[in-house]
Amino acid sequence: MVDLALHGQSVVTGEIRSRAKILDRLRIGDAVFRQLTRAAAVMVLVILGGVMISLVIGASPALREFGLGFLVEETWNPVTERFGAIAPIYGTIVTSFIAMLIAVPVGLMIAVFLTELCPMWLRRPIGIAIELLAGIPSIIYGIWGLFVFAPFLQQYVQPALIGLFGNVPILSTLFAGPPYGIGVLTAGLILAIMVLPFITSISRDVFDAVPPMLKESAYGLGCTTWEVVRYVVLPYTRVGVIGGVMLGLGRALGETMAVTFVIGNAHRISASILAPGTTISATIANEFTEAVGDLYTSSLIALGLILFVITFIVLACARYMLMRLERRIG
Amino acid sequence: MATATPLYRARRRRSGIAMGLSLAATLFGLGWLVLILSVLLYEGFSGLSLKVFSEMTPPPGADGGLLNPIMGSLALTALAVLIGTPIGILAGTYLAEYGRHDKLSSVVRFINDILLSAPSIVIGLFVYEIMVAPMGHFSGWAGAVALAVIVIPVVLRTTEDMLTLVPDTLREAAASIGLPRSLMIIRIAYRAASAGMLTGVLLAVARISGETAPLLFTALNNQFWSSNLNAPVASLPVVIFQFALSPYADWQKLAWTGALIITMTVLALSIIARIIAAPRKTS
Repeated sequence: MVDLALHGQSVVTGEIRSRAKILDRLRIGDAVFRQLTRAAAVMVLVILGGVMISLVIGASPALREFGLGFLVEETWNPVTERFGAIAPIYGTIVTSFIAMLIAVPVGLMIAVFLTELCPMWLRRPIGIAIELLAGIPSIIYGIWGLFVFAPFLQQYVQPALIGLFGNVPILSTLFAGPPYGIGVLTAGLILAIMVLPFITSISRDVFDAVPPMLKESAYGLGCTTWEVVRYVVLPYTRVGVIGGVMLGLGRALGETMAVTFVIGNAHRISASILAPGTTISATIANEFTEAVGDLYTSSLIALGLILFVITFIVLACARYMLMRLERRIG
Repeated sequence: MATATPLYRARRRRSGIAMGLSLAATLFGLGWLVLILSVLLYEGFSGLSLKVFSEMTPPPGADGGLLNPIMGSLALTALAVLIGTPIGILAGTYLAEYGRHDKLSSVVRFINDILLSAPSIVIGLFVYEIMVAPMGHFSGWAGAVALAVIVIPVVLRTTEDMLTLVPDTLREAAASIGLPRSLMIIRIAYRAASAGMLTGVLLAVARISGETAPLLFTALNNQFWSSNLNAPVASLPVVIFQFALSPYADWQKLAWTGALIITMTVLALSIIARIIAAPRKTS
């Protein structure tokens, strides 16, 4: 406003007017930009809502036809148009369970190594290497599983398992049958390799968040490294670790390509985990483009809806737990 | 030492065993990375030649390359980034600048985190329902939209994280010289966070360049050259899927080569992203 004092009255009014115009323009621009960002944020909610609604609409013919029986029916017959979801649901849960059984302890141990044992200069490279493992697209795991891992399992591991547990009561049914190579176990193992990096990197971040003071006090009391991990780090980070594990579980449940390659796509529930099976996502990937008839397509979309609901619940729990830990630390 | 009682020794031993196991677990984890990459390099390199980049996908038994799926993938990825990035950046801006603590932001943040790891095949179904089914045919556009839905949460997350790292004093300084808020964000905050935001976009590209599931029933596949995005478009991951599961040896060979190309692209992108983001972390 220095110029106000310097110039004559007439100039001032003109200048004020043009200034007001500019300010108006800026104000409008400001409001527009703000609303634009807000709309984009709302868009995220719209997408999720859209996914939900479109799946429900797409699935409704099948759900109307089969009702809740869809969830427990094992038949999957495109010819007679009888569809039931229990075989893929079972496959999804069993493969994810196998994956978590292996990936959780291994992932946590790697995180322990990275936060407690590893020399400082090695931490970043190993951390990055593990994260690169997470970045490899799932189709690569699939093709590798099909051509390298499955034949290896068929030739060496599965015959050994069958031989080893052949006479043990319960385990003999679990590991029964000819070694196909592809099957539920193979899919579970591939999934384990895939979710390992997720569990590792989240637990590492969570372990890093433990206040050094706490750990040092435990060391000061004479605790061994393992005791510090077991009695200080793990209890302190329990919520976060569970969150990370559930995040990995969410991945495993929804993983498509890697599983599609190696599970064998057989719509049945076998007691043996060496037998071929199917998962929700593998069924959709394999059959969707070839599905003829509305009921078939709709049944596949209903499978998608079930998968979405399951993963939504798992992921929501995971995020909630991670948020709780964050709030406690922050 | 006098304190080396049996109990103490047992505790030491237990700790040693546990730490040994953690070392073994790390070697186990890294072993898979080495194993997968080495097989991929071995199988992929033997099929790598100029032909791969200059010829179309062949019928079984004939010679050919991966030109049309490579171009298709590039086009789909570029489109997806063009659609998804602005939305992701704007939404991230709202979360970090306007509504840091309001209810909408915390809901969006929560939902976004879920979308971030939602099964991509479900996103494919969603786009099939809203685009392919009403239009009556598979199309490149639908594939691009499906990938864009995957881009948005990645970009949103990094944009928000990077903008919150920009010190508030910078914003206050901008406000104090009379800069309106929108200009402050565009000229000051974006510029300060640009490296991080670029990292987010690169990570998103890395993420979608290997995505197969959402393309299976949106962009479908195309045996031939196509510049028409309103028709099915070939993409590298889908071709790999089809060729790998085929019984033909030369198709399987091409699948390995394609897998090598994708993996190298993804690894290069994530390493570049890290290099761009790194100086910011240390300073």
